[in-house]
Amino acid sequence: MVANAALSDLSTNLIIFILATFLGVELIRHVSRLLHTPLMALTNAISSVSIVAGLIVLSEPKNDFILILVTIAITLASTNIVSGFMITGRILRMFRRRDPNEGKKKQQQGGDQAPK
Amino acid sequence: MNGELVSYLYVVSIILFVLSLRWMSEVKTAQRGNWAAALGLAIAIIGTLLAYYIQRVDLLAAGFVVGALIGSPIALRLPMTAVPQRTAMSHAFGSMAVALIGASEYYNHAPNVDAFTLSVLCAEMILGFLTFTGSCVAFAKLQGLIPGNPLIYPGRIYVSLSTLIIAIGLGVYFVLNPGDSAILPIMAAFALAFGFLLVMAIGGADMPTVIAILNAYAGLSAAGLGFVLDNKVLIVAGSLDGSSGLILAVIMSQAMNRSFLNVLFGGVGAKIAKGEEPKVGQIARQVQSFTVDDVATILDNARTVVFVPGYGMAVSQAQHVVKELADVLQTRGTDVKYAIHPVAGRMPGHMNVLLAEAQVPYDQLWEMDRINPLFPETDVAIVVGANDVTNPAARTKADSPLYGMPILDVDKAKTVVFIKRSMNPGFSGMDNELFYLPHTMMVFGDAKKVLTDLLAAMKKT
Repeated sequence: MVANAALSDLSTNLIIFILATFLGVELIRHVSRLLHTPLMALTNAISSVSIVAGLIVLSEPKNDFILILVTIAITLASTNIVSGFMITGRILRMFRRRDPNEGKKKQQQGGDQAPK
Repeated sequence: MNGELVSYLYVVSIILFVLSLRWMSEVKTAQRGNWAAALGLAIAIIGTLLAYYIQRVDLLAAGFVVGALIGSPIALRLPMTAVPQRTAMSHAFGSMAVALIGASEYYNHAPNVDAFTLSVLCAEMILGFLTFTGSCVAFAKLQGLIPGNPLIYPGRIYVSLSTLIIAIGLGVYFVLNPGDSAILPIMAAFALAFGFLLVMAIGGADMPTVIAILNAYAGLSAAGLGFVLDNKVLIVAGSLDGSSGLILAVIMSQAMNRSFLNVLFGGVGAKIAKGEEPKVGQIARQVQSFTVDDVATILDNARTVVFVPGYGMAVSQAQHVVKELADVLQTRGTDVKYAIHPVAGRMPGHMNVLLAEAQVPYDQLWEMDRINPLFPETDVAIVVGANDVTNPAARTKADSPLYGMPILDVDKAKTVVFIKRSMNPGFSGMDNELFYLPHTMMVFGDAKKVLTDLLAAMKKT
């Protein structure tokens, strides 16, 4: 039955996939090169939404083997979720700490550093 | 009714994911982007829990707790120099999760799986499994568990490609015979082998591109799973992740003037490095080696200094000393900038993160296109652990493997200080012409030690 649903909604899903890809390309293009590393950590955590798929399979497991596979998958995805968001936050905090520091320095040196 | 509610919650979480990437575009709003994505993910999970009756909540909870126990110490204690490894590992985890869920989805419905669903499942599993081993190899190379050089042997492209073709062939057979569940593990094995062979043949300096490509694969396979389960939030999140990896891979390979295929199958490095060895000894005589005191004298009179960091800075953890040196220079009124090449380091944005960790203000980090016109007016360019990205051969020597790669025009600075561990060529195996220029001062030694000594020498004067 899941299979039939997939088939009937194929065109809708394809449209979603294509539009989301184009949107993603546009969004990522505008991400500052400074932030490419935290960006990767973040998108990786976002794609761990695959844990949702694990939950869906977990709602109707046929046997124990499937249970094992899904539990491993959920563990792996959870690891990514937790560490992905935490490390993104940690990296971003390092970038943010700059601002006050920066302002002081600029004043000291008569603002001779090119801004931006 | 619950089904309807969950679709609306998915809409909310999709909006949050898109906003999150929008907010990641600049440093000011990036932290908000991180929170938005976390909230989006939480809403998607809660929505799913409301819509589906989960029989084994205990297993779910156990999986999540174990995941959190593994994930949080990694995130809290990870040194910034090890971020590329962590990224490779997270691609491995993510792709394995997707592949395993794909497999369990098949087993759950076998043999009543229609051809379309099974073909998407096969594609998704092949991608997931090959990304898993590929990322594991990338992790091992970055962590130094195995040598970073590309594994080159005659006919390796044919071996790799035939492994992939067999995996795809098995997938096609599987779609035609959905009841033959024994095919699945064999197909998985070939996909795993292909990922292993693929990344084994890729060298360390190509890792920024490889990691980005693996990121794209992991995202694509998650989107594939979304198609199978008709789960729209998964399709959107997967394609956002996939397109992000794709764009980063494009940026990285453009910065090396190479195509994807060349990065994946080129194996740059190993062969040339072997041929180069005798030549290095011969030229080494012409190199001018200097002491830190010489450099300190030059810096005394410098008004503009540009640091050029590379992977060597990460290896010797020299970013904090670089910052200290920059502080000393700045208190003397010297203008300090950092020149960041897009592929410096081992993943996109690697140098930026290391320097941010050392509390370098991010507006002192200059991208290649913006800093290059400024090199002719730069008094001293200090190269710390970078090599190939500064090699002028990329502009002039048509037979060089680096030819055509955009480089930092370090050679145009009035004086170049090149801190280098030894005369070994860089990753490309190419000798760097920069070493032999009359205005280049070579300082040999570990980057951190040299800079520490330099700092001491400068404080003396």
